[in-house]
Amino acid sequence: MPKHTQFARITHTGPVISVLLTGGIALLILIGNPSRAVGQDHVGQYEQADIEFGVRLYGANCLRCHAETGDAVAGVDLRSGAYNRASSDRELMELLRTGIPGTAMPPNNFSDSELTGLVSYLRTMRDIDLSAVALGDNTRGSVLFTGKGACATCHRVNGLGPRTAPDLSDIGSIRTAATLQRSLLDPTGSMLPINRPVSATLSDGTVINGRRLNEDTYTIQVIDQDERLRSLDKSELRELSALTESPMPPATELLDTEEIADLLAYLLTLKGLE
Amino acid sequence: MTALSTEHPDQPSTLGSTHFNHRERIVMTRQTLITMLLAGLLSTPAAGQVTFERLLNADQEPQNWLTYSGGYSSNRHTTLDQIHPGNLDQLELAWIFQANSLEAFQATPLVVDGIMYLTEPVNNVVALDAKRGNVFWKYEHTPSAEARPCCGAVNRGLAILDQTLFLATIDGHLIAIDAVAGKPLWKTTVADPAAGYALTLAPLVIKDKVIVGVAGGEYGIRGYIDAYDANTGEQAWRFYTIPGPGDPGHETWENDAWMTGGASAWLTGSYDPDLDLTYWGIGNPGPDLNPAQRPGDNLYSDSVVALDPDTGELEWHFQFTPNDPYDYDSVQIPVLMDVPDNRGGTLRLMLWANRNGFFYVLDRETGRFLNGDNFVPVNWASGLDDNGRPVQTPQPPGATTFPGIQGGTNWYSPSYSPQTGLFYVSAWEAYGSVFEPQDQEYQVGRTFMGGRPANPFGAGANVPGLRRGHVNTWTEAAGGGAVIAIDPRTSQQRWRLPMSDVTSSGILTSASNLLFTGNREGYFHILDAETGNILWRKALGGMIANGPMSYMVDDKQYIAVAAGHSMFVFALPH
Ligand code: HEC
Ligand code: HEC
Repeated sequence: MPKHTQFARITHTGPVISVLLTGGIALLILIGNPSRAVGQDHVGQYEQADIEFGVRLYGANCLRCHAETGDAVAGVDLRSGAYNRASSDRELMELLRTGIPGTAMPPNNFSDSELTGLVSYLRTMRDIDLSAVALGDNTRGSVLFTGKGACATCHRVNGLGPRTAPDLSDIGSIRTAATLQRSLLDPTGSMLPINRPVSATLSDGTVINGRRLNEDTYTIQVIDQDERLRSLDKSELRELSALTESPMPPATELLDTEEIADLLAYLLTLKGLE
Repeated sequence: MTALSTEHPDQPSTLGSTHFNHRERIVMTRQTLITMLLAGLLSTPAAGQVTFERLLNADQEPQNWLTYSGGYSSNRHTTLDQIHPGNLDQLELAWIFQANSLEAFQATPLVVDGIMYLTEPVNNVVALDAKRGNVFWKYEHTPSAEARPCCGAVNRGLAILDQTLFLATIDGHLIAIDAVAGKPLWKTTVADPAAGYALTLAPLVIKDKVIVGVAGGEYGIRGYIDAYDANTGEQAWRFYTIPGPGDPGHETWENDAWMTGGASAWLTGSYDPDLDLTYWGIGNPGPDLNPAQRPGDNLYSDSVVALDPDTGELEWHFQFTPNDPYDYDSVQIPVLMDVPDNRGGTLRLMLWANRNGFFYVLDRETGRFLNGDNFVPVNWASGLDDNGRPVQTPQPPGATTFPGIQGGTNWYSPSYSPQTGLFYVSAWEAYGSVFEPQDQEYQVGRTFMGGRPANPFGAGANVPGLRRGHVNTWTEAAGGGAVIAIDPRTSQQRWRLPMSDVTSSGILTSASNLLFTGNREGYFHILDAETGNILWRKALGGMIANGPMSYMVDDKQYIAVAAGHSMFVFALPH
């Protein structure tokens, strides 16, 4: 057996990854360089959906004592990810269930999925941007949302408006103010990969444009330009591409700093169905 | 039953026929009993008696699956070929076993003469009719609340010797269970769960001993591999994976770091009966991400060790990642294969796709490095030197290291097919982490990570971790998975099947040149082992994180694979 040593191959994903599926169909996926953006939102161990659920539960059950910054109780820094009384996730769940007898930390009858959500959020809390954000007047923000800001031309809130962009009915309870601000100022930089605009060409030449909802090796799920939920078999597509640029214009194109602060205050009032 | 049928005259036919079947079965049983008694007198071993001899010759009885990896060489290759490329279109579901648990299903079942033995997460054992899925008995072990496995309360399966099953539990016990009665025979304590030790692996039986290793590399343990007498549960030997003062290798640690240096052993080893050596992969050093706290190579962390199965003495070792800062556990299954050398003899090799992103071919007699190359993009090392030692190229603070903390591969069982001469591995490609080391003081039973892995992507993007929901929230942005076929003669890729999401599935190959594997998206798919072409697929609706396996009962071949919280068994129709 020949003995040889080779050096490592590619170390970075290039801007274009072209994948040849076994069906012989070329799948073209355009993606940007995985550059590191300002601030990080989530550590890999935890599911995005769990974290969002956790943000919600935290807002409802913990905020009043521990505050958004996680350091409002003396001697406790929830953002540190390292706790005096719990080390593993299991212990942390146990602690949240039992509370801390003899202190203000209450017991709670959380379900397993609630505990998973809370722990996912606590463990990733320090990645979530909590930097101070100027908040304005939410009533003015509400007017800007449908008026000058033109947000309502793309976004749906509480059953009103188009569905092609994400429904923002509960955005105020699953995102922090700082994260929302970044979404408004830099939509492309803060776009979740799953939300990327996709364009699929069927074998008959029909082009379907939409927002990606889910994707796996063989299929892709989108909401198309006509607000239909569509599941496409990749082997039946002539071409498929996902863009890294958000269709949403930066809020600064239409609004000034004060107006953006008003809009943020409004977005934070959107808590979904309680 | 008769009384019941008079009470419900509207259902006479159903009950009547049940009654009839029942009587017939009693007669059958009596006959079977006599046959079994005779068989017992005339020939040994009787069905269900898994002697060490049978374990040694597991490849002679492909209808059974007698060890975690399907045999001592751990190649997960079945010589059964009833299911082949020409009849895949007829493949159908035979039965499903649904677990009463929502923990990850990572176990590979054993099958012995028509009976399947499976661990149900976490630490229950079920004996099933391998043909139909009916349960004969269930043994339940409720782990102590002290158990604190880092990464999910998982169990990967059982070992068997004669008529005894061996179960390793997450709360640190090794339990012998009567394979017929389903009752425990003995129970021994291997490790202290309160100090972060756990057992998640399927034990390995060699001769009259049961061998296990401990998990706990995230808790500052000092790892070991233990052997216990299969009959009594008495400890036969212990091999510390971190040498103590005075032992060779101890000099690769400074100060007291060796005491909390990790080096777990949480996947089942392999065995070469001719060399009489057992091979085990060793986990990461601790604290995981802060090498500054443990200067030196940190032997035998991230190594493979070759041990004498009678004494636990070390014959040789090979270290993949010295002074590892990335949690690159080297616990992968050692795959053993032989090739003729050019002098009329045999080269005894070990194939190893490591979590660190490199593939290695080692001489398993001596531990000598023969060749290797990276099988996924890596940037923590620029390559391997002539001795197989990585040329480390640490990335600047804040930069992304490839592969990320879950590695280029991990616990997912690989396969080697003597038919194609190829080695197959489930890989995570172009997946990275930003490592943020931090000084940490050791406290008993507390996680001892020495930092954390951060997400290389801003903007709320997720990266794959241990769990997965129904939506793939990271998509191509954070790397994908692949099945990779590697030619061990050159360490180069022969083909690769890329997937949208990363994969945690094991791989099975068959003599009919099929490759069975799954992925996190819940697909169970069958590929052509020569080309990687997808021949068949089925959406099973849950993450596949175990290794598919195959067996035969009454001349019918079955393929078993767990997805989500159930195990699915496929076969051809009659
Ligand atoms: C009524 C006030 C209150 C509420 C509500 C509350 N906590 Fe606490 N929590 C405390 C106090 C006070 C402590 C400190 C107890 C002590 O150690 O003295 C504490 C301690 C903790 C600790 C332990 C920190 C450590 O270092 O060991 C965690 C974790 C924690 N809280 C999380 C939560 C979460 C998550 C929620 C919401 C589900 C929550 N708490 C709700 C008051 C509260
Ligand atoms: C041209 C259509 C369009 C307009 C106009 C628009 N958006 Fe968006 N917005 C989108 C799309 C598409 C996405 C999803 C992709 C992305 O994240 O960039 C999005 C994403 C967002 C998100 C992030 C959602 C999340 O899950 O984190 C927020 C917040 C948001 N928009 C708010 C606004 C506000 C406020 C306005 C008005 C100032 C606005 N958008 C105007 C199309 C639009």
